[in-house]
Order: sequence, then structure tokens, then C-alpha cells
Amino acid sequence: MAEVRLEKVVKRYGKLEIVHGIDLDVAHNEFVVLVGPSGCGKSTTLRMIAGLEEISDGVIRIGDRVVNDLPPRSRNISMVFQSYALYPHMSVRENLGFGLKIAGQSETEIKKRVDEAAEILGLGPYMDRLPQHLSGGQRQRVAMGRAIVRNPDVFLFDEPLSNLDAKLRGQMRVEIKKLHQRVKTTVIYVTHDQVEAMTLADRIVIMRDGYVEQVGTPSEVFDRPANVFVAGFIGSPPMNQLSATVATDGGKPVAMLSDGVAVPLPADIAGQISEGQAIVLGFRPESLAPRGHSLHGAEHSLSINRAVTIAEPLGTETILFAELGGKEVQGKMLNPRVVAPGEMLEFTLDLARLHVFDAASGKSLRA
Amino acid sequence: MRGKLSIEKPWQRWAIRFGVFIAMVILVVPGAWVVLTAFRPNIEVLARPAVWIPQHLTLNNFLGIFGLLSTQQGLPVGSYFVNSLVISITSTVIAIALGMMGGYAFARYRFRGKATLFLGFMLSRTVPGVALSLPLFIIWARLGLIDTSFGLIVVYLAVNIPFTIWLTDGFFRQIPVDLSEAAQIDGCTRWQAFWKVEFPLARSGLASAAIFAFLTSWNEYALASQLTRTTASKTMPVGLMDFTAQFTVDWTGMSAMAVLIIIPALVLTFVVQKHLIAGLTFGGVKG
Repeated sequence: MAEVRLEKVVKRYGKLEIVHGIDLDVAHNEFVVLVGPSGCGKSTTLRMIAGLEEISDGVIRIGDRVVNDLPPRSRNISMVFQSYALYPHMSVRENLGFGLKIAGQSETEIKKRVDEAAEILGLGPYMDRLPQHLSGGQRQRVAMGRAIVRNPDVFLFDEPLSNLDAKLRGQMRVEIKKLHQRVKTTVIYVTHDQVEAMTLADRIVIMRDGYVEQVGTPSEVFDRPANVFVAGFIGSPPMNQLSATVATDGGKPVAMLSDGVAVPLPADIAGQISEGQAIVLGFRPESLAPRGHSLHGAEHSLSINRAVTIAEPLGTETILFAELGGKEVQGKMLNPRVVAPGEMLEFTLDLARLHVFDAASGKSLRA
Repeated sequence: MRGKLSIEKPWQRWAIRFGVFIAMVILVVPGAWVVLTAFRPNIEVLARPAVWIPQHLTLNNFLGIFGLLSTQQGLPVGSYFVNSLVISITSTVIAIALGMMGGYAFARYRFRGKATLFLGFMLSRTVPGVALSLPLFIIWARLGLIDTSFGLIVVYLAVNIPFTIWLTDGFFRQIPVDLSEAAQIDGCTRWQAFWKVEFPLARSGLASAAIFAFLTSWNEYALASQLTRTTASKTMPVGLMDFTAQFTVDWTGMSAMAVLIIIPALVLTFVVQKHLIAGLTFGGVKG
């Protein structure tokens, strides 16, 4: 059993505070992804869990031990680095077996476990090669193999896929997911790529400027982002966000956009808004689609006629750009047909999937 | 390989070869002349007009300095050799051990006054060694270190440690910190991570530093000639001056001695050179 628990963990470099009292619980065998833009403190947090950075304040527990002052080797963790950090002077076999050798395992035990890991990761043919004679994907696999042979309580991944090209990244993402299904272990994974976070995580921790913005399952953070930042960070293309003012139309609250469009607001937030309040209206591109090319039905939607400024065909769908509320917004056309720039289309905006944020605090009024 | 592409015309290639040839001649001829002189009789060396092509080759010059000829008294070459060896090896080993630690610290740790200290080490190299000979002589005399191997070892350490720090700092910097961290996560202590991962990767740098330190101590003349007196501490290069008398210089004997100085340095360089494989860190990180 190895859950990881962070309590009010702080990291300071001199007077500069990088991580401001993070709380986080990672359950046994859970796959948690820390995601956020660069400089948000996610790698620092991971390195504190690994023991590569000292913590300035707070408590880190792995299993039932407080590990604050334990060196990395005593924490029973393994880590995959962004650079892979393979030992250049050792063959793949030696790289894989290094940790076991240091731990004083017998030759036969080392061979058995190294071969097992090699089998899982398909490294068999490369066992006697040096890292410099491997491709990027192979090095990545060796790095993962080195992590799994030691049978650690916790796997730590520090942006393991950022050095790979897009295609290989996709493949390795699937392999990491398979690996976790096969080798059940607690995983803490750091990335700046929200697609990786969404596809891999049981739960996502979204960080910014040393604070945790939201913790939740991929569908929670996608469907119910806690604030404007999370809403903009998760999802691709990103959520459209328009400044609006709360008004009343026929007794019902609406969001008045700067170009005079009135968007009816969901009933469940009625108690949290007041007339004249500045809000941010958010909706994902898939909530804005030309009539007949959407996921949502025509009922409970708002019809808006707009000229398409740019169309980006992606095959199964086309991203359409149009002006709304004084800003350029993106819509998504399913079962696409060819759309010419300037063409007038009737869009439907799915009112059930609107996100409403308080403009002052940035917090969601629907979460 | 841009250089290769830019050489297109044969005459350019020949011009470069000719240039390299001239440079090699300038480098090699004095050394070759010393070696040649060591195997020629004095008469031929001093002949006028000069005898350019050796007519007779002889080992008498070597036998002479070891005192194996009836015509002249030998020199304490054995003592000189042992002194040189002890002083050079001891100072090299200590300089590498301390310099490596210093270089590692400069490459890996942040501490107060680091930049100033590093600059200080480098500035110490700007002072010509001979300029130190008088103050060194006075201090060493007070300390009773004149004419001791220990005294000379300390001098060579002061010369070699800053250089070793500078060189190994560069090599350790090239080794990604990730490797040491990965090793620590794999179960190593900080020291094991250094010894099993970083040290093997820095070996080529350490080998270069060792060759340099050894050759500096082995060939140094100016300070050694001031600080040594007798066979208790005189080194081979200082021994060369035994061949000068008031009115004569025994050029052939001196050349034979020079050959004896060159041989160990050559042997060492050949032995160590196989460790000078660069680029071993390549491929451990990134794709």
C-alpha cells in the first residue's frame, strides 16, 4: 500500500516562494497527473516527492511514513526523467539492473527481473546496446524499464514524453497507460500537455503559480472547471470565453454580450448572480455548431447567424472561426462539408453546456 | 564537415598539406635533433663544417652518464630519476584528487563567493612561475623546505590544483545533473552516485588533467633549479645543468639525459591516451 499525501507543502528559494502550501492526496494505485503551464511548480512538487528538492515547510507522506527528511534512495520510488537520464556508459541491461545491483540483489534475481521488464517493454533485442545507439522511443522505454524493475511504491514521471515527436508521443502515451494497467502502482505524472493529462489520469491536478487550481477526474475538470484558468487550460481547442453583463429578459437572467446578443443563463445559478454583474461566459467549441452539424439538439439552444472568418478542416470535423461578443470564437462542425470563408451560417449554441464565471474572482458559478 | 566541403581544388589541398608539413618540421626538428645528438659522438656534433647526416651512431653518451665508461665519471641519474618520479607522481595524484573534488563542487554546488574563488584560482595561473621563485625561496628557506622532495611537491600542487579544478569543472558541467539524481533514486548515496556514474563519465577529463599535471611537474625547471640542491631532491631537468662546466658544455651527454626525460613522458601519454575518449556522455540523455 502506498498512498502519497502532501500537507501544506511549501518550497522557497531564499525569499522567493515557488510552491505555496499544497495539499494533495494520491490514493494507492491511482494515476494522478500534475498539469499546468511552465513555472507553475509542478516539477518542483514532483522533485520534492522524490526527495531531490528539500521541502521548506509541510509534510510529505508515502504510505505511512513521513519522508520529509529521507534521501531519495530511502523512499522506494522510481522516476522517469524528461531527459531519460540513462547511464551513458552502461548497456541497456546494466541500466535496467543498476538499482537492483545497488540494492545488493543476487545476479540471478537481477537477471530475472531485468528480463521480465525487458519483456514487458519489448527491449529484448537491445539489451547489450549503449543508450547512444538507441532511438528516442527506445531510450524512453529503457527509462521506464529502469523504473519498473525495482518494483517501487510510487512511480514518478517528469514530462517523460516531451522530447519525442508527436507521433511517438501518442504511441508512448498508450504504452504508459497499458503499463499502468499491467503494473498496478501509484503514479504521479507531470506534464504541461493537457491532452496527456486527460488521456492518462485517474485524477488531474491543475496547477498555476504554485497553487492548485483544481483537482478532479478528467471529466470533472473538463465539464465543471472551477475557474477561468482551468476552463482555458483544459480542452483543445480551448474554451471560448466572452465578457458579458447579467441582464434580465422577460423575467429570466441573460448574459448580455458586447455586441448585443443576449444568451439565456442556466436556471441553477439564478441565486448567485445579480443584475449588472460582470461575468465571463464560457462555452466549448463543440457547443457552438452549425445547425445540423452538432452534438446537441436544436431545443434548448440559441440560434446565432454569423459569417465564418476561417475554416480549419480536420477531416472528421472542421473548426470554424466567427465573431461573437466582440471576440473571435471557435465552433466545431461535425460531419463537415466544405465551408467557404465569409459564408453565413446558422450556429446553435448549446445552452445546457454554458459555463459562467464571476469576472472579478474568475471562479465558476456552476461548479 | 563544412571544412571538407570547402576544399575543392587540388592546389588548395596541396597548399594546406605544405603548410601542415612546415608546421610539423618546426615542431619536430628540435626534438629529433636532441634525440639524434644523444646517439652521436661529441666529435661529430661539434665538427666544423657541421656534419648534418650522422656518420656514426653510439650508445656511449648513455653509458657515460651512468658512469659505465672509463673516461668519465657518472652522474647520479638514478637519484634524479627517482626524485622526479616521486615528486611528479605524488603531486599529480594529490592534485587530481583535490582538484577533482574542487571541480565537482564548482560544477554542482552553489555557495557564497564561488565566482570570486574561481576567478582567484584562475588569476593564480597568470603569475609566471619564475616570478614566485624569490619569495618561494625565502619562505621555503625559513620553513626548511629547501632541497626536499616535499617542498617541491607543495609547489607543484599549487600550480596544478587550480588547473585541475578548472578542467574537471568543465567536464562535470557537461554531465547532466539528471544522471546523478537518477542514480540516487535508484538507491545510491550521493557518494555512490558520484563514484558509479559521474566519475566514470568524467574519466577522460581526469586523464587529460593527470597528463597535464604530470608533465608540468616532470618538465619543470625554473623553480626546481632554485629550490633543490643535492641528490636529495634534484630532478631530471635540473640534472641537465650538471653537463655544463665553467668553459664547456657536454652537449651529447645533455641530449642523452634529455632523451631519458622524454621517454617516461611519452610512455605515460600513450598509456593514458586510451582514456581520452571524448563524447561518452553522448546519448545518455535526450533523443
